[in-house]
Amino acid sequence: MAPPSGQGRPVRPVAVVSFAQSDSVRREEHRNDVEMLQPVIQDVFAKVGLTKDDMGFVCSGSCDYLVGAPFSFVQALDAVGAWPPMRESHVEMDGAFAFYEAWTQLREGDIDTALVFSFGRSSMSQLGRVLTLQLDPYYMAPLWPDPVALAALQAQALIDTGRYGEADFAAVAARSRRDARQNPHAQVKGDHSPEELLGDDYVVAPLRRHALPPITDGAAAVILAAGERARALCERPAWITGMDHRIETHALGARDLTTSPTTRRAAGGAGLLDGDGDGGGASVTVDVAELHAPFAHQELILRDALGLGDGVSVNPSGGALAANGVMVAGLVRIGEAAGRIMDGTARTALAHATSGPCLQQNLVCALAAEPAGDGRR
Amino acid sequence: MSEPVTMLETPIRIDYEFTAGLAQSRYLKGIAEGRFLGQRCPKCGKVYVPPRGSCPTDGVPTTDEVVLGNTGIVTTYCVVNVPFQGQSIEIPYICAQILLDGANIAFMGLIQEVPTDEIRMGMRVEAVWVDKKDLGPTMASVKYFRPSGEPDAAYETYEEYL
Repeated sequence: MAPPSGQGRPVRPVAVVSFAQSDSVRREEHRNDVEMLQPVIQDVFAKVGLTKDDMGFVCSGSCDYLVGAPFSFVQALDAVGAWPPMRESHVEMDGAFAFYEAWTQLREGDIDTALVFSFGRSSMSQLGRVLTLQLDPYYMAPLWPDPVALAALQAQALIDTGRYGEADFAAVAARSRRDARQNPHAQVKGDHSPEELLGDDYVVAPLRRHALPPITDGAAAVILAAGERARALCERPAWITGMDHRIETHALGARDLTTSPTTRRAAGGAGLLDGDGDGGGASVTVDVAELHAPFAHQELILRDALGLGDGVSVNPSGGALAANGVMVAGLVRIGEAAGRIMDGTARTALAHATSGPCLQQNLVCALAAEPAGDGRR
Repeated sequence: MSEPVTMLETPIRIDYEFTAGLAQSRYLKGIAEGRFLGQRCPKCGKVYVPPRGSCPTDGVPTTDEVVLGNTGIVTTYCVVNVPFQGQSIEIPYICAQILLDGANIAFMGLIQEVPTDEIRMGMRVEAVWVDKKDLGPTMASVKYFRPSGEPDAAYETYEEYL
């Protein structure tokens, strides 16, 4: 939810001025979390000529369950250097939600810069079991439904609406893999037709191999800056014109899994739809949309929720089907979308991040080459 | 009404693999050779042991490897008198922070071969290793530390590390 504006305090425009990410790999064999993160942190600083001592705030997103190490997020600060004592925070969520926290801090006005980073190594454990622990602990988690099984339920429900079929899932995967060939950090890439991909075996019907994300180890980092500082640091800052996140009920059976009302609401809250995002046929019009859809059918649900037309370039990075660092992929969506504005290829962009089973939580960030005018959130 | 349900058992088990990392792997390989390896920060010059690949103060890679001595200083200690599950050492025993010669950070070690009422800050100690044939990339290769017989270190030499 965007903080209220126009309550006596001027709200400053805030922008992404730097983005860096590691290569996404199936398994980081030799380096530990800190060693994996450190080059990314150094890279994100180097791009704007800053150091940790220039940061007003540092916020990270990660999950201790992934590596089975309590307080691994504290140790990760070794990659930044935490002396003299810094203003620092952490969310046990995707880095996109840490990004949200940093944005609210910057808008408050007493800091000018913030570092946001996230890291995740899914290869250290059985990811399906780890993610099952986020479910309701009394009735659902003891059944151990893993995320692929839950996504398959969602995909089947989507097929049953008659809106999409398996061939549509394959088309999403084929496009993702083709686009990922241009992304040096992507993990799954290649030139395959949807027809070829439909030859894959089912992992959990109706999801075939290509409709699933890879298991990924990786890290990402972003630097945010406010007002004049952003203009001084970056030729074309990616201004955040709005951001919002919403959550659906924990009870999967109580949700309509074939739609994403919270994504739509968040888009409304981010100022991308007329009104609050509930009503009518308003659709999001941007140059680029980076959607955090770990499963192929989820991209279709998100597209529909946002009303994205054919003119919108969706996931030119290859998206989460090409690299799905858990706790990282959402922040990477923001970084990739911001990157298109910083390199001048887009004027407006939408970045989306999700968390929880079957798109339970959704964050939408609106980015533009110009800061939003007064009165816009 | 029947009895309310007040207890629910939901067993959870997740197995993990562990990657020590490049720096700690170097350290553990050093341990297997019977020596302590640290790494120096190129910025502040501090030597960390065990190294974790990064200077936690400056946030830069510590790439310069340093072979440390087998002796060090007890900077502070405690005497363990409390039994607990899984305890493998007979109580009372001494657990100490040890600043190896050449290092800029103390690490925790077991002290033996000294009565518990004689342990003190500043005591010089040396590492006692397992037999050469039993050395491996594990901290179990270091059996314990014991007094080296050298005169105590002056307080000023380790006050920064308390």
